[in-house]
Amino acid sequence: MASFKPTKVQFLPKLGEKVTEETLYWKNYKSPVQIKEFGAITKIDFSPLPPHNYAVTASTRIHIYGPHSQEPIRSFTRFRDTAYGGRFRGDGKLLVAGSEEGLIRLFDISGRVALRQFKGHSKAVHMTSFLSDGFRVVSGSDDLSCRVWDVPSAVELSSLTEHTDYIRALAPSKLNPDLFVTGSYDHTVKVFDMRSGSSVMTMQHGHPVECVLLYPSEALLVSTGGRYVKVWDLLKGGQELVSLKNHHKTVTCACLSSVGNKLLTGSLDRHVKVYNSSYKVVHNFDCDASILSMAIAPDDEALAVGMTNGVLSVRHRRHQKDKEMLTSRRRRGPSYQVFVKGKNFVPRQDDFLVSKPVKQYLRKYDKQLKSFEVSKALDTALQTWTRTSKPDVTVVVIIELNRRGTLKNALAGRNEEIRGCFCVLFFRHIFDPRFSRPLLMVGDIVLDLYQQVFHQSPVVERLLQRLMEVLGREAELQQELLQVLGILDTLFTSLTPRKEALAHNGMHVTRHDIEQ
Amino acid sequence: MVEKSDVRVVRCGGSKINLRPPIISTDSRFVLCASGDSVKVYSTRTEEWLHSLQGHTNQVTGIALNPANHLQVYSCSADGTVKLWDFIDGILIKTFIIGYRLFAIYVSEKHDGIVFLHIALDTDSKNECFQLVAVHLPKSAEQEVEAKELSAVSSRISPNPSCTAFGREVRAHSYFFKCPLFFSVCSFSLKATDKKGAKNAFTCIACHPADDCIATGHEDGKIRLWRNFIHTKEYTYSTQHWHHNAVNTLCFTPEGTNLLSGGIESVLVQWQYGAGNRKEFLPRLGGSILHVSTSSDGQLFCTSHSDNKITVIESSFKVCGVIQGLVKGDAVFTDLMIDPRSKALVLNGKPGHLQFYSLLRDKHLYNLDIVQQEYIYEAGLDQFEVVKAAFDIKGYWLATVEERGQKSSDLEFVLKLWAYDERTQSFVLNTTITAAHTDRIISMCFSSSEETTMLVTTAEDGQFKAWCQGADDQSFWSCDFVGSYHNLTPTNCSFSADSSLLAVSFQEVITIWSPDTWELLTTLCQPPGVVRDLCFGQLSCSKYLIATTTRNLLCCWNLLTCALEWSTSVEVSKLQPDPLSENVAAFSYQSKHTDLFVFKPNEPRPLFTHKNVCSEKIHRAVFVPREELLNNCDESSQWLNRSQLYFLTQNMDLLTFSTATEEDRMLSSSKRLVIDDSIAVTPFYLLLGKHRQQQQKLNTPSHPAADKPQQPQGSVTITELLHTPAHVLPAASVLCSMFVSSLLISNTGQEMNSEKEEEHSEEEMEACDSQQELRAQGSVDEVTPKLSKAQERELKRVRKTDFSWMAGLIDSKP
Repeated sequence: MASFKPTKVQFLPKLGEKVTEETLYWKNYKSPVQIKEFGAITKIDFSPLPPHNYAVTASTRIHIYGPHSQEPIRSFTRFRDTAYGGRFRGDGKLLVAGSEEGLIRLFDISGRVALRQFKGHSKAVHMTSFLSDGFRVVSGSDDLSCRVWDVPSAVELSSLTEHTDYIRALAPSKLNPDLFVTGSYDHTVKVFDMRSGSSVMTMQHGHPVECVLLYPSEALLVSTGGRYVKVWDLLKGGQELVSLKNHHKTVTCACLSSVGNKLLTGSLDRHVKVYNSSYKVVHNFDCDASILSMAIAPDDEALAVGMTNGVLSVRHRRHQKDKEMLTSRRRRGPSYQVFVKGKNFVPRQDDFLVSKPVKQYLRKYDKQLKSFEVSKALDTALQTWTRTSKPDVTVVVIIELNRRGTLKNALAGRNEEIRGCFCVLFFRHIFDPRFSRPLLMVGDIVLDLYQQVFHQSPVVERLLQRLMEVLGREAELQQELLQVLGILDTLFTSLTPRKEALAHNGMHVTRHDIEQ
Repeated sequence: MVEKSDVRVVRCGGSKINLRPPIISTDSRFVLCASGDSVKVYSTRTEEWLHSLQGHTNQVTGIALNPANHLQVYSCSADGTVKLWDFIDGILIKTFIIGYRLFAIYVSEKHDGIVFLHIALDTDSKNECFQLVAVHLPKSAEQEVEAKELSAVSSRISPNPSCTAFGREVRAHSYFFKCPLFFSVCSFSLKATDKKGAKNAFTCIACHPADDCIATGHEDGKIRLWRNFIHTKEYTYSTQHWHHNAVNTLCFTPEGTNLLSGGIESVLVQWQYGAGNRKEFLPRLGGSILHVSTSSDGQLFCTSHSDNKITVIESSFKVCGVIQGLVKGDAVFTDLMIDPRSKALVLNGKPGHLQFYSLLRDKHLYNLDIVQQEYIYEAGLDQFEVVKAAFDIKGYWLATVEERGQKSSDLEFVLKLWAYDERTQSFVLNTTITAAHTDRIISMCFSSSEETTMLVTTAEDGQFKAWCQGADDQSFWSCDFVGSYHNLTPTNCSFSADSSLLAVSFQEVITIWSPDTWELLTTLCQPPGVVRDLCFGQLSCSKYLIATTTRNLLCCWNLLTCALEWSTSVEVSKLQPDPLSENVAAFSYQSKHTDLFVFKPNEPRPLFTHKNVCSEKIHRAVFVPREELLNNCDESSQWLNRSQLYFLTQNMDLLTFSTATEEDRMLSSSKRLVIDDSIAVTPFYLLLGKHRQQQQKLNTPSHPAADKPQQPQGSVTITELLHTPAHVLPAASVLCSMFVSSLLISNTGQEMNSEKEEEHSEEEMEACDSQQELRAQGSVDEVTPKLSKAQERELKRVRKTDFSWMAGLIDSKP
């Protein structure tokens, strides 16, 4: 006859986060590889040439890592003081870096000793970069000046002193060798044209600028500083396109993914956020420490994040190949073969199908409920693992027992341990709107049943006392919420005196939110 | 003469089939059960309803196989008659008029020609006294016999027929007093005073077929096996206990090896007789088991359940068939509804389910599991019940509300929305809303427009909510609007025919909303009295809104002018609009009987009035669209042309109105059936058919023009023979000679003068068909020369045999 109907665990859909293509794309990174450096990592730069090695500037060294290496394949250690802003040239053969002492050094990737040294800055140089012709180097320094150097002759071509504070951000144009953008702590972002020898555009960021970034089309400019990320439209004369405030600490770095030009920003609040093309956050990477620098490899193969505690964390993309390898390894086991045996057989058209009834597998608590073993079913539901990781199952069994009118029987005659575990259950879930009703009912029954014996166990007594405190606090909170609700009610009625219905609607929504 | 009112109330399908234990025929092919005022015959193999034995004019209260002839069945009814049927062909054989209200019938193999009946002595209507009487059925040839030979066997017996059973030699039944319990065997009774418990009253009894043992079931769930009861004061008993509630029924298998018991738990328990506590279980059969019966060979068991169901079980404890009737239970919570797709009647059926019942075929189609939870069969347990349901106009969506804890303070209810799945042809759960409102949902309805479906629910928390399907690709339902009006409790909601208006009644006030903008358009009020029913007019009358109030007022508003069009003072218990016409039916309950008024909203004059429909209040009614339209021109029955009105009384009788034309149609179709029946292929037909063919062959040379097929059945004797059930006829060898003789009449008439006397009688029989006889004579004339001397001698011998029994047989027939 009709088979036993198992108890249904109610599934409540999660609100919010929707799964889209983009979240899937950004979720598809392996867990990060952590590499310890000697100090805070201030700059990471990927080589434009395959195999896309990357230079990591930290403390007094610049290390170059291969795409999958854990150890540096090359390191430049000839710095007397902290090195800053190590960056590759467009052909990936030269590297330029500034330093705390104001000296700018130029390295050949294969060599160790600096090929050139540019002297002239009086203070630390935090940003250096090649211009897109590859023969000139531009640098931004704490002495408020921005200088352009000739690589072959190692002479200073020009010095621009328009900023009034430290220059901590620099981005050369890739399309025009005479253009570059600087950002400074004087809250401005300036576009310089070497042909005119002065700034051609100035934008007010409003906060000390930490990083500037040009889109490949070079129509859009991104500047970060403070908690804000701002996007400027250069073709409209530096009009602010959008201002994003998704981080709650200073945004220190930004980069663009090479697939689809998605913007990524890293902040001192230890998050890397990924924006879609309409500047909505689609994904979020968490890190262990405040982020100072970040870079993404061409083809988005790897995301390298440098942090204040000197840890470089590199995430590599997961490939279809890796997955296949994993599954093929699993498939080798004989048990799986046995499991799928005959399952994937496709019957031919004239085959006669003999159907076999599908065996119903019941959970342990269902089996016990089926044979009316109520106390045992409750025990199963109260097992530590179920209780902690699947409280909904525990509560569903409690509801089912109550429906059968046997909850009291199941709860009676329990030892101290179980009573304690009920108290813990109450602590954890009694304010969860899904569970509070059945749990309150259980609480009533337990208190009734064990009134006499509670004082015998100090542990349970202590737990009960804590429970009482928590409940008292919750009651106060509820009262406050009701007061707020009253205030809102009056506000709404005064706001829309005529459209009564709409007001009610709105009120309902707010009430709902508050309850949530 | 034309009948003054050709519309009459008829009881339609869906009557109880679990009132009395079903019986299985000896050959295990049929299951018979009492159902309403007929006996229904089902096939055990296919679970199909074959036919019903109709003839009683009141509830059939008992059936029993005739021990003398296993193809016949006795049925007794509350109309005071016992009828004997041939249940295979569905022919009424005899009617015995007893004259008292009968409540049960028993037969015993030991007592031939005697039936035992439960009768009520009409001494006092409050304290009805039941008596077991033995009735000697007179052996008379007439079809209607008055049986006057009543002899009381015992008086003051339990009204429950399962408290009486017949044993091997003795008959036992239990008295139904509280304490002490009496136990009576034949003529002497024993006092079982040692059982002082409050709940050990007898509920049922069964006698072992071979052993001197009586099994009794008790209210506390115990089964006691009594032995040695022949000797006074020396009886012994043993107790077996498994059931945790009252044992409803007990039954021994025919060999007496097993005892079957069933109770409210819906578990059939098979106890091995004499093997102590060894038992087998068959759980989860459906509703609680009311009766168990076995076939005479012990191969099939039959259980009938409280949810109007008969389960056929093989002796290996495997369910092999389920015969399901319309489940009405104790109460119908949902409205009567019509599934727009299958046109089936939908209402809540077995606990936690919605049932789909085809009214046309009087057949249960399927159950839809709404609650999806294990039902615990235990008395007094508060479990989820389906209390509300609604279909949208195309039958794509079904909304249900299940509720639990009506009695206690913490009410739990769930609103569920079901989508129709084309592939599986059934409804699939789409959305479950656990906290739709903060208090009980009172009513709900779908919008009637075809494009967008919207559900409106009203609840006791003073709000009504509109639910819509999610806008984007997700197909789940969510709340669209919450409305309230001065914190009054909304009672009813209704959409206008084009869904442009929503009317929600808040106690005495009716509010009209626009579902597009959710603007309160207007309010209508006609105190005093809370609005009870609310509906919009249909088709051409869609501008009218009709409402009934608790204070005997039926109001009709014109929504174009927002003014009261008309109102009348009538106590309406149920207002039901017909979706296919402008008509609205109103049932009014006044001075202990219900009247029906059918009217159109545009005029306050009823189209049709039917006084005294029934004596109870009517709360559920539904218009069912007809398969084919009737074309009644008569004004009084015109409103039934498009759809039929069904309604449910408080006694859970499903009634309907039928018109004269409808009945004519049914009558003609049944007549056609009868004609079809007469040319059934029986051995007799084959025999005669062959003969006819021979005759035709012989005819052709002499009468080439007369090629009309002859009808040998035309003779009264032969038709008589063909219409008599085979089992009441004598052996075929005897009949065969008679047939031959009947065909040879004319021949002998010409040649054999010595046997004229006999021939006269036969000729009289066939006189009505003289023409045929002539033709037969003609044909036989030519045949005669071919008969040899020996054959003729044989024929003469046959002619001389005595056929007087035949005359008697024919006389006994009508």
